[in-house]
Amino acid sequence: MREYLGVSPRLGTPMATHEFPRLRHGLGTPRTFAWAALLAMPVAMYFALAFAPREATMGNVQRIFYIHVPAAWVAFLAFFVTFVASGVYLYRRQERWDILAVSSAEIGVLFTSLALVLGSLWAKPVWGAWWTWDPRLITTLFLWMVYVGYLMLRSAIEDPTQQARFAAVFGIVAFVDVPIVYFSIRWWRTIHPVVFTGGGLNLDTRMLVALLVGLAAMTFLYLALLSLRSAIEAVQRRNAVLLQELEEREEA
Amino acid sequence: MTTNASSGVGVRGSEDSAEKAATTQGILCRDLRFSYGPRQVLRGLDLTVAPGECLVLFGGNGAGKTTLVRILATLVRPTSGEAWVGGFNVATEPSMVRPMVGVVSHQMYLFPDLTARENLELYASLYEVSDGPGRIAELLGLVGLARRANDLVRTMSRGMQQRLSLARALLGGPQVLLLDEPDTGLDSVALQVLSQVLSEGLGNGLTVLVATHRIGEGYRLGTRFGVLARGKLAFEASRESMSVEELECRYRAYLDGHHP
Amino acid sequence: MKSLSVDIAPISTATTRRPRNASLGKAWALVLKDVRVEMRRREAVANSFVFALIALVIFNIALDLERQRLEALGPGLLWVAFVFAGVLGLGRTFVGEKDRGSLGGILVAPVDRGAVYAARVVSSLLFLLVMEMAILPLFALLFNIPLLHPLILPVVLLGTLGFCAVGTLFSALVASARTREALLPVLLLPVVLPVVVGSVEATALVLQEKPVGELLPWLGLLAAFDAIFLAVGVLLFEFVLEGSDA
Repeated sequence: MREYLGVSPRLGTPMATHEFPRLRHGLGTPRTFAWAALLAMPVAMYFALAFAPREATMGNVQRIFYIHVPAAWVAFLAFFVTFVASGVYLYRRQERWDILAVSSAEIGVLFTSLALVLGSLWAKPVWGAWWTWDPRLITTLFLWMVYVGYLMLRSAIEDPTQQARFAAVFGIVAFVDVPIVYFSIRWWRTIHPVVFTGGGLNLDTRMLVALLVGLAAMTFLYLALLSLRSAIEAVQRRNAVLLQELEEREEA
Repeated sequence: MTTNASSGVGVRGSEDSAEKAATTQGILCRDLRFSYGPRQVLRGLDLTVAPGECLVLFGGNGAGKTTLVRILATLVRPTSGEAWVGGFNVATEPSMVRPMVGVVSHQMYLFPDLTARENLELYASLYEVSDGPGRIAELLGLVGLARRANDLVRTMSRGMQQRLSLARALLGGPQVLLLDEPDTGLDSVALQVLSQVLSEGLGNGLTVLVATHRIGEGYRLGTRFGVLARGKLAFEASRESMSVEELECRYRAYLDGHHP
Repeated sequence: MKSLSVDIAPISTATTRRPRNASLGKAWALVLKDVRVEMRRREAVANSFVFALIALVIFNIALDLERQRLEALGPGLLWVAFVFAGVLGLGRTFVGEKDRGSLGGILVAPVDRGAVYAARVVSSLLFLLVMEMAILPLFALLFNIPLLHPLILPVVLLGTLGFCAVGTLFSALVASARTREALLPVLLLPVVLPVVVGSVEATALVLQEKPVGELLPWLGLLAAFDAIFLAVGVLLFEFVLEGSDA
């Protein structure tokens, strides 16, 4: 017998182990991810600010790169997780996949914003403009718009089951669209010449190491946020069930 | 008026085989649950309607009547538990269920900007009705709308729209008929047509489920009655074992929240 | 009174259906229904036409364009007008049917969800093409640029098809949302960006009277986008229709 989020029909009976964070069985609990992120972030800072050499032409401002790229990577990873969770939700109809999808999408929007802001901070001194219409930039902006739309769609639908289902449909379409957007802009750009060439970095080994450490740290941060956010979502939904039951008991 | 009850394909026999018949031809629900998020609407509903039976479910607002009909009509999937219509699972085999089910809802399921005939023509092709025009003419006659056949549905009264909706539900030659609040807005002609259709269809092994909150009309239509309270079948009785007054009394008790 | 005959179809009829041919006929019946309703309501075509026309007039006044710049900007302006007018035209298709209590009847009927989707894409495509075919000569006339070239037709057709493929799916999505009409452009416009980019570029090539060989890659790209979006729509539409009767 499958109850809403594994809540027993008897009021007050705790969930055995709360149903959602499946992650905890495979990879660890929110707490371990949080510790890992907490330890990894200063290390990544050290590698970005001290270990990596000063870039010859761009100077110290190039060090943003070690946070900007990991942020963009995590954003993309987060939307990929939303995509997979959406597909599994439509197939299995288990609420934990919806919880995973919405949590990951929210974190993805956060990191996309971060990547856009950091990218602008980097671009201004280096390219002399906050923004350029480069395929990667347009695609990132597209990601931001589409997943803000995803969150808006969710908040606009009241029936929770329908919200989960519709969000899953949109989450799939949005992600399928990402490479299409990227390549259409690339094609378009072959006609309209690119004003600024991209990063144009020749990474030396120490730079690469700093980047990889940054990627690892940011991924831990993502996992920590994801497991916390989805645990919160699971508890919120469980509370809604319990509140509803309490109300009904008081009525009876 | 002639009835062809004697030629019916048959309510297959005795009481104990009723459930078996329900699993292959009628309606069967097992531990059916449905939640709108935190709010549970159906809480483990068990239900059997055998061919030749008309089960009338009474229930107040929010008792889960409409949800049950929507699940059986393959409009929504149950949260858990199972439901079979005509031997097919509504959640996993909806495309097998749909051809044999006719639904009359409190929504009309009609296109107001099409004429009565155009509406039925659309549904005749969706239900793959052979001899569409003949069948449409017959049904329009049955519900007394032959003269309004070429009028736009939005120019018709609610009662007429309900009758047309009944004709639409019967168009595909359903084996199972689901009626959700069929009596709200039904005029006397429509009610008469409905009870005629039911009495004749039941003789031919039609399975009918009616959801309503009106005891009088419900009692007229049903062969068996149930009360839906708090998402469960709280009470069940056959027509023989219960007078309309007794039924009303029991239903009121459930409505008021007492559980005798 | 005449004998009532309520035919009880034996189970065998349900299993001997030929799904593919039947689905085509049913989709056609649904398209016919949409066309009839549109002829009587004149919602989609009329609203989107008037909107596109107003947009063109406003562009012309706001940008105060001279001939040379117009040839560069014209394709973009045209598609912006088409796309926004298209959002307006698509927005009400499901909302209206849902509010009038019509949609549930299609959903309980034995018709494949892919056929419901295909029918709606075709009828939306028809309505938008009618609007566009009326706007195109007006655009050429008002802006005085030579857009009435036969090669514009495949561009408009493929561009609009891609737009309808996504638009149909999303207009069903937002029909259940609280802020329906406002939400549709927010969701739809970013996602159809590739189709718009392809259409604008292809239109520009037509306008510059480039040889067909240069146009073909863009037409191929548009066709590929259309195919992907249609496939996604057919696969996902059933999840959007579930529970959409109320």
